[in-house]
Amino acid sequence: MKEILFIVITACLTNNVVLVKFLGVCPFLGVSNRLGKAMSMAASVTVVMVLSAAVTWPLQHLVLERFGIEYMQTALFLFTIGALVQILEALVKRFRPALEEGFGQYLPLIAGNCAILGVCTANIYDGYTYIMSVMNALGSGLGFGIAMFMFSGIRERIEHNDIPESFKGLPITLISAAIVSLTLVGFTGLAYGLFGMETL
Amino acid sequence: MKERLDIFRRGIIRDNPLFVYALGICPALAVSTSAGAALAMGISTTIVLTASCVLASSTKRALPKSVRIPVYMLMVATFVTLVQYITRAYMMPVYDTLGIYLSLIVVNCLVYGRIETFASRNSIVSSALDALGMGIGYTLAMVIMGIIRELLGRGTIFGVAVLAGHVESVNVFTLAPGGFFTLGIIIAAVNKLTRGRRRGCDFNCAACPASRDCSIKPDKEGGAA
Repeated sequence: MKEILFIVITACLTNNVVLVKFLGVCPFLGVSNRLGKAMSMAASVTVVMVLSAAVTWPLQHLVLERFGIEYMQTALFLFTIGALVQILEALVKRFRPALEEGFGQYLPLIAGNCAILGVCTANIYDGYTYIMSVMNALGSGLGFGIAMFMFSGIRERIEHNDIPESFKGLPITLISAAIVSLTLVGFTGLAYGLFGMETL
Repeated sequence: MKERLDIFRRGIIRDNPLFVYALGICPALAVSTSAGAALAMGISTTIVLTASCVLASSTKRALPKSVRIPVYMLMVATFVTLVQYITRAYMMPVYDTLGIYLSLIVVNCLVYGRIETFASRNSIVSSALDALGMGIGYTLAMVIMGIIRELLGRGTIFGVAVLAGHVESVNVFTLAPGGFFTLGIIIAAVNKLTRGRRRGCDFNCAACPASRDCSIKPDKEGGAA
């Protein structure tokens, strides 16, 4: 239990997937200029991330390792996530058309999101158990949501400010991201304070 | 010949993938904590990029349009796995430093961008030169970021002490915020230096999966991105 809580909290805050581990920076910078869009994106990322982690872990341990073909990991994970996204998209279209407007439209973009593949690969790399992997994915997805939420608020404010010509567009976005990221550095030591351990 | 040289040269400075077009930001931010790691990542990406572009270019007539993207994904994944295993066999410390970011070259938009917009339409030699130039430009950009962050954050360059012991290090540069900040300042400087001289983007954002909703596309805000 303690491990699970530890994984979720560190994945959310101290090891935030975007602001500390730099996974999924493209959607973070690109789709964060409106709060609504950002939240839809975060919801899709979280759902796909949890599902992908739940599917790739058994694939790695029951298929790849059993047959000694671990070298297929990158290709297999990539295609599994792609297929999963396609299936999810079809299901949303068929059963919950109302969801399509917000949640569904970001699904196709997610297949190429490095946060999803990154979390699935990191679960294997760090030797997590099945429950830990899924929880890590959930925590990372929530962390992505927190980052998107904080950042889209700032982006909406920046738009109405007078920014030096050279900083318009990407540079000011990156520098704001640095400041948001700095707030998460402030959580360093939180895990140790709560659980009395730095890593698992 | 001059044309070929131009194809090779433009990716290095004028159309630098990282500083001018902001492609492949994730790995650039993640592994530029030191110049050495940035160099290793840059070289790995260049190898994957060049090999994939050559293969994509040589199969451009054989592939039906409908299966192109999955086949490209498989090609890139193959080369990434090769690079990953070779690194693990002969350069274990490099493998440990790069960690999962090495396997994440497979979702680097720089690779797909070059395959989609250049290699799938041009001859093998041109594609190889283009990929090599872009790869070198990307490596150079990452090493510049690595040098700045390592120098300010730890006072060393490639592990050799330069400022260490003389000037207090600003540790935050090796942490995550330093990465965003360094890249932001560099891109702002590039904007300042190239203001008015930059042509339109030939990078075709359509190759990027997030293009439809992306707010940092060049045509929308006019900045370099």
